[in-house]
Amino acid sequence: MPKLTVNGREIEVEQGLTVLQACEQAGVEIPRFCYHERLSIAGNCRMCLVAMERSPKPIASCAMPAADGMVIHTDTPEVQKARKGVMEFLLINHPLDCPICDQGGECDLQDQAMGYGPDHSRFHENKRAVPEKYMGPLIKTFMTRCIHCTRCIRFATEVAGVPELGATGRGEHVEVGTYVGKALSSELSGNLIDLCPVGALTSAPYAFHARSWELRKTESVDVMDAVGSNIRVDARGLEVLRVLPRTNDEVNEEWISDKTRFACDGLRRQRLDRPYVRCDGKLHPATWSEAFAAIADRLRGVDGVRVAALAGDSADAESMFALKGLMASLGSPNRDCRQDGAKLEAGVRASYLFNTTIAGIERADACLLIGTNPRREATVLNARLRKRHLAGGFPIGLIGEAADLTYAYQHLGAGPETLAELVAGRHPFADTLDKAETPMLILGMGALARADGAAVLFAARRLAEQCGLVDPDHAWNGFNVLQMAAARVGGLDLGFVPADGGRDTEAILDGAGKGEIEVVYLLGADEIDTGRLGEAFVIYQGHHGDAGAMRADVVLPGGAYTEKHGTYVNTEGRPQIGRPAVSPPGDAREDWTIIRALSAALGCALPFDELASLRAAIEEAHPVFARIDEATPANWAAFGRDAETGVDPFASPVANYYMTDPISRASATMAQCTATFVSGADTKTGTHG
Amino acid sequence: MSDEVRMGDAADQPQAFVLSDENREKAQAMISLFPEGRQASAVLPILDLAQRQNDGWLPRVALDYVAELLGIPRIQVYEVATFYSMLNLAPVGRHHVQVCTNLSCWLRGSDDVLTACKNVLGIEPGETTDDGLFTLSEAECLGACVNAPMMQIGDDYYEDLDAGSAQAVLTALTEGKTPEPGPQNGRKGCEPAGKLTSLTDKPAKARRKKAPATPVEKGGA
Repeated sequence: MPKLTVNGREIEVEQGLTVLQACEQAGVEIPRFCYHERLSIAGNCRMCLVAMERSPKPIASCAMPAADGMVIHTDTPEVQKARKGVMEFLLINHPLDCPICDQGGECDLQDQAMGYGPDHSRFHENKRAVPEKYMGPLIKTFMTRCIHCTRCIRFATEVAGVPELGATGRGEHVEVGTYVGKALSSELSGNLIDLCPVGALTSAPYAFHARSWELRKTESVDVMDAVGSNIRVDARGLEVLRVLPRTNDEVNEEWISDKTRFACDGLRRQRLDRPYVRCDGKLHPATWSEAFAAIADRLRGVDGVRVAALAGDSADAESMFALKGLMASLGSPNRDCRQDGAKLEAGVRASYLFNTTIAGIERADACLLIGTNPRREATVLNARLRKRHLAGGFPIGLIGEAADLTYAYQHLGAGPETLAELVAGRHPFADTLDKAETPMLILGMGALARADGAAVLFAARRLAEQCGLVDPDHAWNGFNVLQMAAARVGGLDLGFVPADGGRDTEAILDGAGKGEIEVVYLLGADEIDTGRLGEAFVIYQGHHGDAGAMRADVVLPGGAYTEKHGTYVNTEGRPQIGRPAVSPPGDAREDWTIIRALSAALGCALPFDELASLRAAIEEAHPVFARIDEATPANWAAFGRDAETGVDPFASPVANYYMTDPISRASATMAQCTATFVSGADTKTGTHG
Repeated sequence: MSDEVRMGDAADQPQAFVLSDENREKAQAMISLFPEGRQASAVLPILDLAQRQNDGWLPRVALDYVAELLGIPRIQVYEVATFYSMLNLAPVGRHHVQVCTNLSCWLRGSDDVLTACKNVLGIEPGETTDDGLFTLSEAECLGACVNAPMMQIGDDYYEDLDAGSAQAVLTALTEGKTPEPGPQNGRKGCEPAGKLTSLTDKPAKARRKKAPATPVEKGGA
């Protein structure tokens, strides 16, 4: 381990670190633009110059490996002069238009110019101007402000896996762009906005809406997919203006997907802001007490087995727990949180978790994807798979739809028959898994949300057991189910599945159609075929006027994920807490409080009045919720059903990545993305201004 | 300089490009020079091949073709193609006249050479004559400072120019002749312009003991 001296202080650092990292460990801040800890080293901004004894010139600390006996100075007049010089050069062509720049207030260049730069400009010539580039509906460009740090190029090439950005031209004529005016075809493109140290790449939907210091920042969790990306919700007044990532190396590193980041404008549209009751076939605004009275009237005298509840994909654990309690007191065993009909079992926790954990992907040495397109279903997790792929020695096989996943893989087959071949050991990829030390498989909803899902689950378990994917002795579990719904693992953990003799989603819909189910409670469940609900009395509790609310007889307005306290368990089984950034609109309330109030109106008040006592009750019944932010390993046991699998090929349930839930369906930004990327008009034409 | 400008008009862009059989063979030979996984290194010679095949310029389809041939992202080829001034992304005339206006040539009178070229051809740098015979460009240092000022036409260097000799070279080309490349003032290669000013004493005999160092004469040519 090299020992070096930084500003007179001797420190010992790990082998392979750079001087810049060593300085950081010594508590010395080094200004930088091009260096980013998660990207390759470019060394082209020169802002990180430091003085090294016995070196005739200042060295670029980001690119210099820390070596034994180095003596580094970061505060000498020589270093200050070097930084000042670099800053002056950077500012030669950078417009001094901070007051009209969207990055103002959160700009690396602005901050570092204050800290290290000269106090005035000596440059009296014309600055160069660069034409704007087209980078799709999400990224607004001001290329004149670009300082050519190449972070965006490196991110697109390395992390996002879409090598479409580059620096063309040379010298004074260098321009960063796609060269052919094409939108960046990545679901991670929004991260370029965070990476850009200046105002060259800014958020298009957020452009000129607010200044960073006006925003109230709330740390929360994303619900657009089951990854549970850690986010920061920035709000002003009652409006959520933007969503940014929070660093969590266990989950999302510091990236979030475009849907997570940009769907937040959907929170302002098509909101349910007051209760509604259907009279004469039309929904009429009502008060809370009228709505509760309508429900109480309808439920009077109805047998519990004729009542059912379905939980949607972004329901928080608190409201599902409360609804489960309410259903129990109504005597109903019919409840389900698997509205897509996925054949997941609530009994064995390991059967529905991403057991390897997301960070654990980096320890795996072979991977089999079954019926999943992780790029669309869990974008940030896919970036982790790509990161592992780039590290090398990671054969990936895919059974299912062939698609561009941003990394190379072997396409083994399309459907269950290929999986059966692997289980029987007749396929060469079974050998690959067998020989690997830490093999993993990822089972997607495309393989489970179908009639033979339980049989596929069984086959996958057999394969996992045969090929040594599960190795408790070495704390390795390579069996993974990739969930897509933020609420799903929480729902399964809470046992929001049919009780003994109860009906599951399919049977509930079936029963409602036949008149055997009289009342259906939809807790934000919009992804079902509401046409099958027949004559049933439908109570919809949720935040958007989507499919469920259209069909409802009573609408109870709840809060979206940015408006309530909620616990969400991600696909790894990691409970994380979301916090309200704004209050729900109008008369809408936090979801669990609605259920609590309704229970009182129905005369069977639930035994908790405040969040703390509700959470205590959840933790008592389900201890896994007590370990917030931790992915508790699950025990291996038998699951699945030994049955004949079908012949249909696996297909990813996500056809349009940009619109998968009520919030993203209401978002104008996501609609633009759909038009650009999904409908296929991704090149700029002469009429685009 | 925006990419649109460098790329030439959309009207000039052909729809398809493939290397001829002969050139494809050459390209494969170039690729095979590099170790497995480093084929991208052959991008420059192959771009040059493609440019020579396509009348001295590279349309976008040619760049895409080279990217596919080497199995590298298109943007990487665009980056290379826009970086090097030897690669033309818009059509050029049959004779591409590149006048060096960098420091050494400028000190030795490249302004006169460029003015002479403009006068003879009747075009400004960056333009092509109407007959498609000449394209005039200003170039940065082409590495022939010892014979400054100079210009490159096609693959040939015309050196030690002045207004008159530049004009003569271009006039000869206009008449379909091929002027002799190299210095245009009668100098041979890059030997001293006047008489020798250094290394004038007799070479020291081998095996003789090293003489005390004599001060090196300053100056030179």
